[in-house]
Amino acid sequence: MTESMTLSRRRIVVTALHASAAALLIGIFARSADATPQEATQLLGTLAKGQPKSGKVTITAPQIAENGNVVPVQISVDSPMTDADHVKAVHIVADGNPNPGVASFNFFPASGRAQVDFRMRLAQTQKVIAVAEMKDGSLWTAASEVKVTIGGCGG
Amino acid sequence: MADIKPRIRAPQSPKKGEIVEIKTLVQHEMESGQRKDAQGMIIPRKIINTVTAKYNGKDVFAGKLEPAMSAPLYIAFSMRVDDSGTLEMSWVDDDGSVYKAEQKITVAG
Repeated sequence: MTESMTLSRRRIVVTALHASAAALLIGIFARSADATPQEATQLLGTLAKGQPKSGKVTITAPQIAENGNVVPVQISVDSPMTDADHVKAVHIVADGNPNPGVASFNFFPASGRAQVDFRMRLAQTQKVIAVAEMKDGSLWTAASEVKVTIGGCGG
Repeated sequence: MADIKPRIRAPQSPKKGEIVEIKTLVQHEMESGQRKDAQGMIIPRKIINTVTAKYNGKDVFAGKLEPAMSAPLYIAFSMRVDDSGTLEMSWVDDDGSVYKAEQKITVAG
């Protein structure tokens, strides 16, 4: 009787250990596969220092992208683009790709208009976030969620 | 350089001071470094990581790119055309190659 109790207790302990090991592994794999929103925010923090306000930035992207390999995105920033007042840079990240970084674009008064069109990869449904850095140092941001039917980034 | 020839499309004869859209396309695989080959080995990353554009020697646009950019590499941007001149662009590959292209623009009138 005592022996069987010990056995069952041992079995319980072993099973519990297995379960926690499995959970840990799943956790590690989930982390390595895709960037988290926190990582995306962290990266934006290193690219553009400060607290961005929402506004001025417009992200034009499809609500639903059938092919995550080529998602057309347009980013434009409301600015007069004069020597005194212009957009210096726009940083773009995606919070569900293997790496959050997408691109950083620089603009100049001779750009005339702070607008860029490109095509990007989205591994899954996620948010695309842009932060614009103005000449006076202020930061403006916008985000747009894109639903992805077939993910990009290969695999 | 090899056989990669970037293409630039600009309006034919913009008015003086007009803001025009420049469209660019580079036939490049933009290998993300995430994909695996048939043997399960990761195919190493090889992308164009930098793009720059100057008009008559003056910066008009630049970008630092990550593997999240699609292949072929398509980027369109704007610039103000105050005078006729030449748009010079370059793209830098991970392997150090630099691909260059230029486009003459003549203002109307």
